Amino acid sequence: MNSTSLAQLSNFLVYGALIVLALAMAAFAIDLGVGTGRRRAAEAAARRDHQARVAATAGSASGGVSVIERPAVDIEVDERWARIGVSLSVLAFLLLVGAVLTRGFSAGRPPWGNMYEFSVAGATAAMGVWLFLTRRRREVRELGLLVVVTVLLILGVAVVVLYTESAQLVPALKSYWLWIHVTAAIIASGIFTVGSVASMLFLVADRYERRLAAGQSGGRAAWLDSLAQRLPTADVLDRTAYQTIAFAFPLWFFAIVAGAIWAEGAWGRYWGWDPKETWAFITLVIYAAYLHARSTAGWRGRPAAIIALVGFSAFLFSYIGVNIFFFGFHSYSGV
Amino acid sequence: MPTDVVDPMKTDEPVQPPSLGFFGSLRWAWRQLTSMRTALFLLFLLAVAAIPGSVVPQRGVAPLRVGQYFVDHPTLAPILDKFSLFDVYAAPWFAAIYLLLVVSLAGCILPRCIRYAKVLGARPPATPRNLSRLPVHRELTVSQAPDAVLDAAVKALKGNGFRVDRHASGDSVAAEKGYLHEFGNLVFHVALFIILIGVAWGALFGWHGTVVVIEGEGFSNVLTQYDDFAPGRRFDPGMLPPFSFTLDSFNATYVTDGPRRGQPDSYRADVTYRTGPDSPDVKATISVNEPLVIDGAKVYLLGNGYAPRFTVRDGNGTVVFQGPVASLPQDPLFTSKTAVKAPDAQPEQLGFNVTVTPTAPKVVDPLTGPRSLFPEDNNPRVYLGAWAGNLGLDNGTPQNVYELDTSQMKQIGLKDLAPGETWKLPNGRGSITFDGLAEFGNFQVAYDPGRFVALLGAVAAIVGVMGSLLIKRRRVWVRASADSEGRTLVEVGGLARTEATGLPAEIDRIIAQTQGEEQV
Repeated sequence: MNSTSLAQLSNFLVYGALIVLALAMAAFAIDLGVGTGRRRAAEAAARRDHQARVAATAGSASGGVSVIERPAVDIEVDERWARIGVSLSVLAFLLLVGAVLTRGFSAGRPPWGNMYEFSVAGATAAMGVWLFLTRRRREVRELGLLVVVTVLLILGVAVVVLYTESAQLVPALKSYWLWIHVTAAIIASGIFTVGSVASMLFLVADRYERRLAAGQSGGRAAWLDSLAQRLPTADVLDRTAYQTIAFAFPLWFFAIVAGAIWAEGAWGRYWGWDPKETWAFITLVIYAAYLHARSTAGWRGRPAAIIALVGFSAFLFSYIGVNIFFFGFHSYSGV
Repeated sequence: MPTDVVDPMKTDEPVQPPSLGFFGSLRWAWRQLTSMRTALFLLFLLAVAAIPGSVVPQRGVAPLRVGQYFVDHPTLAPILDKFSLFDVYAAPWFAAIYLLLVVSLAGCILPRCIRYAKVLGARPPATPRNLSRLPVHRELTVSQAPDAVLDAAVKALKGNGFRVDRHASGDSVAAEKGYLHEFGNLVFHVALFIILIGVAWGALFGWHGTVVVIEGEGFSNVLTQYDDFAPGRRFDPGMLPPFSFTLDSFNATYVTDGPRRGQPDSYRADVTYRTGPDSPDVKATISVNEPLVIDGAKVYLLGNGYAPRFTVRDGNGTVVFQGPVASLPQDPLFTSKTAVKAPDAQPEQLGFNVTVTPTAPKVVDPLTGPRSLFPEDNNPRVYLGAWAGNLGLDNGTPQNVYELDTSQMKQIGLKDLAPGETWKLPNGRGSITFDGLAEFGNFQVAYDPGRFVALLGAVAAIVGVMGSLLIKRRRVWVRASADSEGRTLVEVGGLARTEATGLPAEIDRIIAQTQGEEQV
């Protein structure tokens, strides 16, 4: 196969992944309705009853502290849709890996030389990270819908807006540091993506649990409550977010340091406040604030999750915004 | 610092306003500054303060664009300048934020280092009375004697890397693991200081400059040879190592077909250098991503361009100019512009505006002027505008070498030349010969003595933060007591001092190992 047909194959694999991901999205949506989500909803109902009982007894005694527990509920659950969703996700992941590899072979270099390639690789990394986490903890599977939607969005933007023909690199990018610096950045971005999905869902679950504790329900955004009932507890989501971000943070730091070493060899200085450098630094500082907030009274939970999402916005801006709005050394977008 | 170890930065209660006089106020201010909330606030401030530097052009990064900004926004620019917004990262207010952060960090880290040094030698804390109140709690009844159970527990815990203390009272064992968590945490934060020291060292004693060197010409590392030079705060011209180099040849290759036609493929500068006036000549190659290191200074290839060679004769036939002139590229295909100035020409000074096309078009578009078709010198051609009069070089103000000041001159003709061709100027004013096209390299020479310190700090920071975020600190206690039926009640309690999800599973594993030991 020659370079052009390999690039063509890579494109087809991306389109294939888009279709499979759309199917996975449908499977996870159904699972939320009639599968795992149904059990979660039943658990939530049982928890509400439990809450009411605790409140009743505590009310007669001393007001007491209400502890949110999750009573076990014994209902038959149809997990078929969740499994179908995961299987389709694995298939999509493999297609994406194939797309990245064929693109790399087509150009004869690491396949992350422009924004299209970085986005496809980043989406692949996010899928891989999420699938890996589902092996370690079951509840993570329930992030599936939002992870798949996010990855679909990234790929959609990549295909429609960022697409560039497979081609050679400019001389400045021909260095083994491309492997080190950009690979670290791609993996970190995949992990940050999964962490942000967990943070977002945490906010939904946390809102629900706080309303529940305060005895509120219904209202304008009742659908958020019904979504929250079908999710893992806020605590689990919070921990998932923390663990992913705590893992990605050193990796991001490493990506920046590797970039600095490369810059020292290519541009004659290791740090020069180029817009890309500046925004990578801002992202790092905000995620550092997140890690500190997690261990500071009054900042745990909701504020920390919001900081994590601000950090992800800064990351997105350092990735996309900088190339579009600013002039700088990192102008390899190909757009 | 993401940790739950007893921590002065984590006071949950609001800080009371001071009523203790001067020293009380000082202590109060110190506690405020070193509190985690302040650190968080300063981190946000630092993130926000870094933003304008990416929006407004910076003198240190793109001085030309700063100049353009002043032209485009004549009212706004001086105001921005007043707030140092063109030098954000050297601005006093930016320094104030990171210095406060550094002080806050020091105030937090130093006491913790001392406390950590003490904890290192300490025994795990005594067993709490009520193990059932701990986050992880297990109870089981076994047939072995309490002492045997505790012996087995000590062995299992030690086997899992715990520091174990068998209490004198005899009925329990205390164990702790993950001391490296706090160590990593401290290393990370101390490493940030090291990075800062490296950066500061480079800013004080480092220097960098750029210079254009044309093929066949040389460069000596003295201040006057640089086109542009940025010294550190403690720079002294005596610090420049006395090396020199000659650019023997410059080679650039470009993509010849496909959608990226004309884009650069590789650059290479072949040079001969010597480390001092009496040192031997050494041949070397400089390319993008591969600088040449001479005496600790690094020579980088930043860019390239073309330098047409001319011979200019005046009305008397005297050679008044001979040699190459570097030209400024105007587009990616190296349509370039420059000027030739012959102040000694008689009867009047001569000047030429020059447009260079390394690959000339067949027909010149009258709207755009001559445009190169390809960046390589396949079919070089120069387009000349000749001027006579006063070049304006004597009035003391520095002139742009790439442009002609034609305010006191009049145009005497237009002509384009291929290499080797000569143009006889009208009215016997002389002639100009286009002798050929040379290439030039734009080099940056940089010396940063702090970069190894900064790199050391960065590596230590990465190792430290990994230790801090991936190592979990946790404590386990085991208590064994005989019950009324002659069996032994074993209680196990666990407490994670950091974010640790694996503790329940770990405790179950240790219990299983303990029981395994007993059966042997």
